[in-house]
Formats: sequence, C-alpha cells, structure tokens
Amino acid sequence: MEQIVKTAFPFIVISVAILLAFQGVLMIVAYTVLAERKVLGWIQGRIGPNRVGPWGVLQPFADLLKFIFKEDLVPDKSTKFIYFLAPMVALVCALLPIVVYPFGPAITTIDWNFLPYGLGENIRQLPMTIASIDVGVLFVLGITSVGVYGIALAGWSSNNKYSLMGGLRSSAQMISYELAMGASVIGVVMLAGSLDLGGIIAAQSRSPFKWYIIPQFIGFIVFLIAAFAETNRVPFDLPEAETELVAGFHTEYSALKFALFFMAEYVNMFTVSVMCTVLFLGGWYVPGLSHIFEVGSIPYALVSHVAFIGKICGFLFFYIWIRGTLPRFRFDQLMNFGWKFLLPVALANVILTIIVVYFLNR
Amino acid sequence: MATTVLFFIFAGLAIGCALSMVYHRNPLYSAVSLVGVFISLSCIYVTLAAPFIAAVQILIYAGAIMVLVVFVIMLLNLDEEKPLNRLRYLYSIGGFLGIILLAQTFFIFIAVHKSPKKPVATDETVGKTMSIGANMYTEYLLPVEIVGILLLMAIIGGVILARRLSQPELTLVVNNELDKRNESEEKDDYRIAL
Repeated sequence: MEQIVKTAFPFIVISVAILLAFQGVLMIVAYTVLAERKVLGWIQGRIGPNRVGPWGVLQPFADLLKFIFKEDLVPDKSTKFIYFLAPMVALVCALLPIVVYPFGPAITTIDWNFLPYGLGENIRQLPMTIASIDVGVLFVLGITSVGVYGIALAGWSSNNKYSLMGGLRSSAQMISYELAMGASVIGVVMLAGSLDLGGIIAAQSRSPFKWYIIPQFIGFIVFLIAAFAETNRVPFDLPEAETELVAGFHTEYSALKFALFFMAEYVNMFTVSVMCTVLFLGGWYVPGLSHIFEVGSIPYALVSHVAFIGKICGFLFFYIWIRGTLPRFRFDQLMNFGWKFLLPVALANVILTIIVVYFLNR
Repeated sequence: MATTVLFFIFAGLAIGCALSMVYHRNPLYSAVSLVGVFISLSCIYVTLAAPFIAAVQILIYAGAIMVLVVFVIMLLNLDEEKPLNRLRYLYSIGGFLGIILLAQTFFIFIAVHKSPKKPVATDETVGKTMSIGANMYTEYLLPVEIVGILLLMAIIGGVILARRLSQPELTLVVNNELDKRNESEEKDDYRIAL
C-alpha cells in the first residue's frame, strides 16, 4: 500500500494541478464570453445580457445548455473523420499550453510533514507552474502553430465553398502573423537569457526596468498586433466575418462542435494574453511587493496570483474594446501589413536589441 | 522502466501513423498522418533529453511545413489516386526493395545489440538551448551560414519558378456589363430593366 502511494504520488499531484488549472481557465473563458457581450453592449450604447441571473452572471451556463441541446448536423458529403477531428484539434491545441503557464511564485513556507508515509520529507516548495520546461516559449509558439490545422481541416472537410475560402484565408493569415509574433519574442528572450517562462519572470524581477515592456516597447506593439491576427479577432477577423463568408470555416458546424471552436477561440485569446503578460508585463511580479510580504509566503503568492489574473483580464478587456471600436481589414491589406510592415519591424527590433545588448555587455 | 514504456508507446504511435500515411489514397489523410508521425517523434526526442529539438520539430515541421503541404492539397483540390493497373510489375520490385530495407534494419538492430556497452558521460546541458546556440555560433558557424545560403537559394528558386511573366490585365466587371447591355439594346425591342 505504501509503495503504491509512493509511486503514484507525483501523478496524483500533477493530475490535481491540471484539473485545477483546467477548471480555472474554463471559468475564465466562460466569463470572457459574457464580458464580451456586456462590454460590447456598453460600447454600442446598450446593456448586454442581464436576464439570466443578476447582471447576466449565469449566462455562460445558459449558453452551454443551448449548445448541448441543439440539433447536431453533419453535412452529407463531408470527410467524416476529419470533420469530427478538426474542432478537437483546435481545442486541444488551445488548451495544451496551460501546463507551462507560471501562475505565481513558488510557496516555500508550508511544512510538508503532514503527508503520510514520509512523502513530505524532500519537498521544499510548492511551485505554481504545472511543468516548468526548459523551452516554454517555443512550446507555446509550436502548439499554437499546430492549432492552425483545426481551422484549415474544418474549412476543407465541410464540403462547402464558403468554409474552404474561410479556412484557407484564416490559415494563411495565421501562418503569416506567427512569424512576426516569434520575431517579437526574440528580443525578450535575449534580454532574459532563457526560454523558460518562469525564468523570464525571474529575469524581469532582477532587471532595472522591472517589466520588459519598457525596453521592448516595439516588440510589445508587434506582439499585440500579431496576437490579434493569430486569434482571428477584429480587426483581423475576415475569415469569420458574417457579411463576407457566412460564417467562414465554422459554417457547417452546429451545436457542440461549434461550441468547441468558440471555446478554442477564447482560449487562444487567453493564451496570448498570458504570453503578453509573462513576456512584457512581468507575469505575476509586482514591483515592490517583496518589501511588504515575505517572498515565498502564502500572502505574497496570493497577491501575485491576483495581480497576474488582473493583468490578463486587462488584456482581455483590451481585446473586447478593440472589437467594439475598429472596422476590419480587407484580406490583401491584412497580408500586406503582416509581411511588408510587421515582420520587418519585428526584425528591426531584434537587430536593435542585439546592438544594445552587445554594447551593454562590453 | 518508464522511459522504455514511453518509448514503446510513442514509437508504436509513430509506426502506426506512418503506415496510415502510406496506406491512404486520400492525400489529406496522408498529410494528417504525417503530422501524427512528427508529433510522436517529438515526444521521443523529449524522452531522449533533447527538449529544444522536440519543440523545434513541432514548431517547424508540424506547424509550418505540413501546414503548407495541407494548403497545397486544399488549393489544388487533389483527389484520391486511382491505382493504375498497367504498373503491376512494379509491385515485385517494390517488394524486393522492401525486403532489403527490412534486412538492413535487422542488421542494425543485431549489430547494436552485440556491440560492447560503454557508459556515456551524460552531460546534462547537451540538449539545452544554451549549449546548442553557443555551439551553433562558435564552433559550427560555417555550416550554419552555408545552410542559410542554401535556404536563400531555395527561396529565390521558388520565386523565379512561380512568378508571372506579365501582370494580368484588370478590367472592371461593370464596364463589361454596360458594354454588353448597350450592344443588346440596339438589337432588341425590349427595355432591359436594371
């Protein structure tokens, strides 16, 4: 019995951590949907949903019930296997980067001897990241690249010209702006000296600028614009524009499969908000907090968590704000902007950073 | 023990996806199976303590190259291939070459099994980004530059092969419509309602 518990203990811990993180992210995503409808309503001079629960707070659950009970249509001549695979790929690749997010600082002040069978002897800290891998930034960028398949395959397998056009346009847009996104991250990685997300936050806390948005301002702007294009949000949302392409690549998807695409879009928004926060706004690091609370204690971790979620919510609000404000790009304007302006600016930022870092290290 | 189990799982997945890629006639199923192969290989790289190579495999192979292959398949609207009956003699040549390949695989397996096992000095920093980057730009700088020039050659070749020799003439649809309607107004008695 003791042997089983001892070998299974790491798996149990990781499973509990994944469940908690998964639950947290899904709740944030559900309320982002509600927030979008309310905030868009306020921008447009009306109030959003307010019937279900006070202030519309139970609206996401009503939406979920609606999606579950809708009729599930499958087009007759579609490629069945890929038609069912595409929303799964989109959602899995959107949710996978959760395991590398640094949600907060490690907690070191807990005495672990309450665990049975002597499991608590060698544990020194409770890290707030599920898996702090060495190449965290590359992992997130790679998984979001694989997420393009969900959209391309959905557009193709629906056997519908509008879906195909929407899918191709969306994939072309996403792979064009992935390059600019990657290039804008290089500056931050150079300053931090590590690809590990936790290491980048630690480097920001040690640097004189505290948050890398100050030295990497150009990189921040490029990353933000590329992030809007990556997640197919306004002003880059031509692939799902209702007036142009019916509904783009998810025309033929109904009920729960559409709900999976819908969730995948909002989880992608969450992913790039987290990346923006970690890379440019210092993640959970609040400058000056270490003077108030002891580093590694529970209040410090709690305030850092709240600060992290606050920064992410700030970016999500910015996304919704832009949606209510800007018109959308035409597709050729979009592609010209991505290749002829954004990518050269990102590369110029990299060269500038290289020069400055080289002369500072002399 | 855990490494062996993981290796067999991912290797089995890779071989299954590779067989699926070769078997399917629909080119899109083959492309998706190839993506499965790349992802399984990336997982095997992780078990071999090469996290950078694993991440770059997903980022570049599965995330960029195969996306473009899938694009081409969708744009060209490639259909399933019908097997040509007149090439049946090629089956025997293919089978023969396959048997030779299998024999080579067994030879390698037996040779590795019989070789003396020396413990390798496992340096923990070998697979990490820092050591790869440092070596790329100091000791192996010339090969990196040559590879860069090779890629530039490929890009230039692609642009030259695919360029249009003259700009296509753009005519407004509205002008054509008005011309057609003016022509037919002279011939018919009816008024054409817009």
